[in-house]
Amino acid sequence: MTLAVVAVGFFALPLIGLLWKAPWSDAWSILARSNSLTALRLSVWCSLWATLLSLVFGVPLAWLLARVEFPGRSIVRALCTLSMVLPPVVGGVALFFALGRRGLVGQYLDRWFDIRLPFTTTGVVVAQTFVAMPFLVITVEAALRQMDTRYEDAARTLGASRWYVFGRVTLPAIRPALVAGAVLAWARALGEFGATITFAGNFPGTTQTMPLSVYLALETDPREAIVLAIVMVVLSFAVLVGLRDRWLGSLGNLRLS
Amino acid sequence: MTGLGRYGGFMISSRRLILPIAVAFALVGAACGSDSKSASTTTAATSVPATTAAPATAAAPATTAATATTAAAVTTTVAATTPAASGTITVFAASSLTEAFTAAGKAFEAANPGSKVVFNFAGSGDLVTQIGQGAPADVFASADDTNMKKLSDAGEAVGTPVHFASNTLEIITEKGNPKGIATLADLAKPDTIVVLCAATQPCGKLAKQILDKASVTVTPKSLEDKVKGVVTKVTAGEADAGIVFVTDVKAAGDAAAGVEIPSDQNVVTEYPASVTKEATNPNGGAAFIAFVAGPAGQSILASSGFQAP
Repeated sequence: MTLAVVAVGFFALPLIGLLWKAPWSDAWSILARSNSLTALRLSVWCSLWATLLSLVFGVPLAWLLARVEFPGRSIVRALCTLSMVLPPVVGGVALFFALGRRGLVGQYLDRWFDIRLPFTTTGVVVAQTFVAMPFLVITVEAALRQMDTRYEDAARTLGASRWYVFGRVTLPAIRPALVAGAVLAWARALGEFGATITFAGNFPGTTQTMPLSVYLALETDPREAIVLAIVMVVLSFAVLVGLRDRWLGSLGNLRLS
Repeated sequence: MTGLGRYGGFMISSRRLILPIAVAFALVGAACGSDSKSASTTTAATSVPATTAAPATAAAPATTAATATTAAAVTTTVAATTPAASGTITVFAASSLTEAFTAAGKAFEAANPGSKVVFNFAGSGDLVTQIGQGAPADVFASADDTNMKKLSDAGEAVGTPVHFASNTLEIITEKGNPKGIATLADLAKPDTIVVLCAATQPCGKLAKQILDKASVTVTPKSLEDKVKGVVTKVTAGEADAGIVFVTDVKAAGDAAAGVEIPSDQNVVTEYPASVTKEATNPNGGAAFIAFVAGPAGQSILASSGFQAP
């Protein structure tokens, strides 16, 4: 109990510190003159795209890791979750070498398709997806492993196709994990800094997301940084609380529909 | 019973979720922290006896240092504090000083047995913030007077800052300069990808002055938070060119090429250093500043491309 209270305090105190130092009387004027709305819009947009891409590619990946026996599976799993532990700046540099203009694959993207990812909003989405997707993958994989596969077997013996089973039995059964994983990935993408500034750069309107904006503001006007940080915290907090009540609150009485 | 078994699987799965979620949140925090260049230099808080009797041998080179340099401020600093350089000296230095100060630190340790110099290199603006938040620095070495003034105005610096070096700027291009960039005007060409420092950093402010002087309008693709960020983008081949310090081009070695900016368009920036108010080793800090301003330090700085103040 005491330890739990310490843990709560550990997370709550820095936030309280932020609120304590906030220049409340000037908050509106600071927000109005900074280009924070542009950064906020870009952040929300990019993080949602990163979440969507994480779902589209991450769910099949989680399924592969959970359900398909193949040699070197643990190596593939480690590989696909490595970006969680990699310092984001290193991730950004690695993305350069893979997808940059002189990169392994990037040079062909540039030469054949005229696609350049660095310094573009797409580059931000790529960087965010790179660091965020593993959070969804491990969450969904854990759920797939825990799931009772007899429901799927039953559906299949009743004549359902593989896709039908996946869409009507498997996905509903792992829905809480899916939502939790998506929220985690989104949160990670929203807060992403290192890979973004390294791979996509920092330019207002195209690649300057909220964390970059906060970081740069910290050097010129710490008060602006605090206000921007609070905006980000409030947004994230609202989403986390809202989703928990709507989706994760019903974990206990989950039913197959 | 079957009902329990049925849903049991899911209940376990939901409980199992807690661990990855907890781990994930911890990682989010860790990931954010790793970027913020929080002062990684931890000093062992070795407080040095303030009045260590400096041995005669140590005093001798210091006097030479004082006479050799023309800067009056340096003379007073050296004369006032006879180097009692021992213990750990924590130096917060501008990112552009990375190579030169690392070498100077080694030379200083060799000249002052028992001393250890620890560095924290970051953008000057970051360092001022960190020191203001109580990061343990004995010395602050800035890439411009503006950031030094910020620290002095906050009452965090001690005495008059010592100018120990100056630097000019240069165009940095990819290895071999494939785009054939020769002048500042070439940076304005639409097919040239240019990256500059953000206006909050000395390199960004100076680059803007230079481009204004040359009446060149450049649309950068990115505004980097520190000068090494520009170097990385160019050496990785993502940007064609940037404007950085002469010393940064030199430090990049073969990975990049430099294009000189004519002196009538160029600017010179002075590097000031000061002991901080909260210094745990102020004597060591002063000794280190005297060292870099002295002949040994100056020759190291010169070999990195810095000019005399």
